[in-house]
Amino acid sequence: MTRIRFQQSLEDLKEQLLVMAGLAEQAIQRAIEAYRVRDLSICDLVNRSEIAINRLERDIDQAALDLLAMEQPMAIDLRFILSVIKINADLERVGDSAKAISDRVRSMEQMAQADLPVDIPRMAALAAEMVRKSLQSFIEADADLARTVLTMDDAVDGMNRAAYKSLTKVMSEESHLAPQALNALMIARALERVADHATNIAEDVIFWVQGDDVRHFKAMKTAPDPHAME
Amino acid sequence: MGVGIEVTNLNAWYGTNHTLQDINLDIPANHATALIGPSGCGKSTFVRCINRMHETNPIARVTGTVLIGGLDIYADAKPVEIRRRVGMVFQRPNPFPTMSIYDNVAAGLKLNGYSNRHALDEIVEKSLRNSALWDEVKDDLKKKSGASLSGGQQQRLCIARALAVDPEVLLMDEPASALDPVSTSKIEDLIFQLKTQYTIVIVTHNMQQAARVAEKTGFFLSGRMVEFDSTHKIFTNPSDKRTEDYITGRFG
Repeated sequence: MTRIRFQQSLEDLKEQLLVMAGLAEQAIQRAIEAYRVRDLSICDLVNRSEIAINRLERDIDQAALDLLAMEQPMAIDLRFILSVIKINADLERVGDSAKAISDRVRSMEQMAQADLPVDIPRMAALAAEMVRKSLQSFIEADADLARTVLTMDDAVDGMNRAAYKSLTKVMSEESHLAPQALNALMIARALERVADHATNIAEDVIFWVQGDDVRHFKAMKTAPDPHAME
Repeated sequence: MGVGIEVTNLNAWYGTNHTLQDINLDIPANHATALIGPSGCGKSTFVRCINRMHETNPIARVTGTVLIGGLDIYADAKPVEIRRRVGMVFQRPNPFPTMSIYDNVAAGLKLNGYSNRHALDEIVEKSLRNSALWDEVKDDLKKKSGASLSGGQQQRLCIARALAVDPEVLLMDEPASALDPVSTSKIEDLIFQLKTQYTIVIVTHNMQQAARVAEKTGFFLSGRMVEFDSTHKIFTNPSDKRTEDYITGRFG
């Protein structure tokens, strides 16, 4: 009962997810690069990879569904497949965020350059680093590395809040820069989402490797227990 | 009502073969507890020690303590009394083939000297209702033999026969392994209902079945109990690597 075929199927599923991860990571890096150099040809590449990501998302879900139905996995195998399904959805949304950024870069083509009080490259670098580390933790089944990703999310959230504050101020005080400020705000929001997806991926890696559900840990620590209120 | 089972330092032998080694566990009352493990790991020997059937083999031997509802079954009770309090259902349904359905259920009671016809009727009906078989056989109770029923019905008949003597514990040794999926799900539904009244211990090779019906699960390997925990913990995140390797099919 060593289930060699099943173990091979799990390896194949991991391989497929790594291909997906590679595409999603590349898409977000390209979107950031497109923003940095204002290059629409890079935006085209982001759009193309989004189509591939969407197709792969369906293939991976189907493969995971087949394994759940046919193999009735248990324990670490069950946790692995559940994590793959969830990471798959997060990677697809990283692809969506990359496309959202590249769409903003396209619309910026029509606008005059503006010096805005927001450090998008720094925020992008941090979000991309979170994606890279979360995927590395998946490749190496390294829960400790995944935990380091969770500690980085607050910094990106803080940058997004600061961007909102400074850019809405620009919109109200310098209305001629409102389109550029709105664009930058939407890019900051997309990067904040990318960081959230990286956090989700890291949480799923911890669940897979150690069986610990660390989601919403901070919020649950401070919020009252709804069952205790009944 | 079911009672708890406390097992302390249980060891069992067949001749020189030490088949159970230092087993300690508390089986909670009115719950289903599943025992899993590869063939020959000792799980069936373990349940046979709980109703003193192990010692019916002349080369078998047992040491240690088994308390059922606080009663030390090896020190303070006769085997016949224990087997009344601890019913057993086997892998293959084994109704008495020449007896009617009614007599199959009443057999244990009659053996114990029960002769009140009216009381027997009531117990037979109650036992068949509790084993979810009544509606299917009520019109043929004395007309049809136990052997005329389907495999799934025969197994529920055997459960009714075990329930008729009013046990506190029900041991089930792979009760559904010879049944089709529909009959299997009927037995599983039945286990769910029965555990409100009895303590159930089920030996199974079907891990999905253990996960579905039992609150607690013990993993046996090479005569030892490797891990005993909530079924949820065993099947989602077991503590012992050997348990994980077994349930994920990496060995066995």
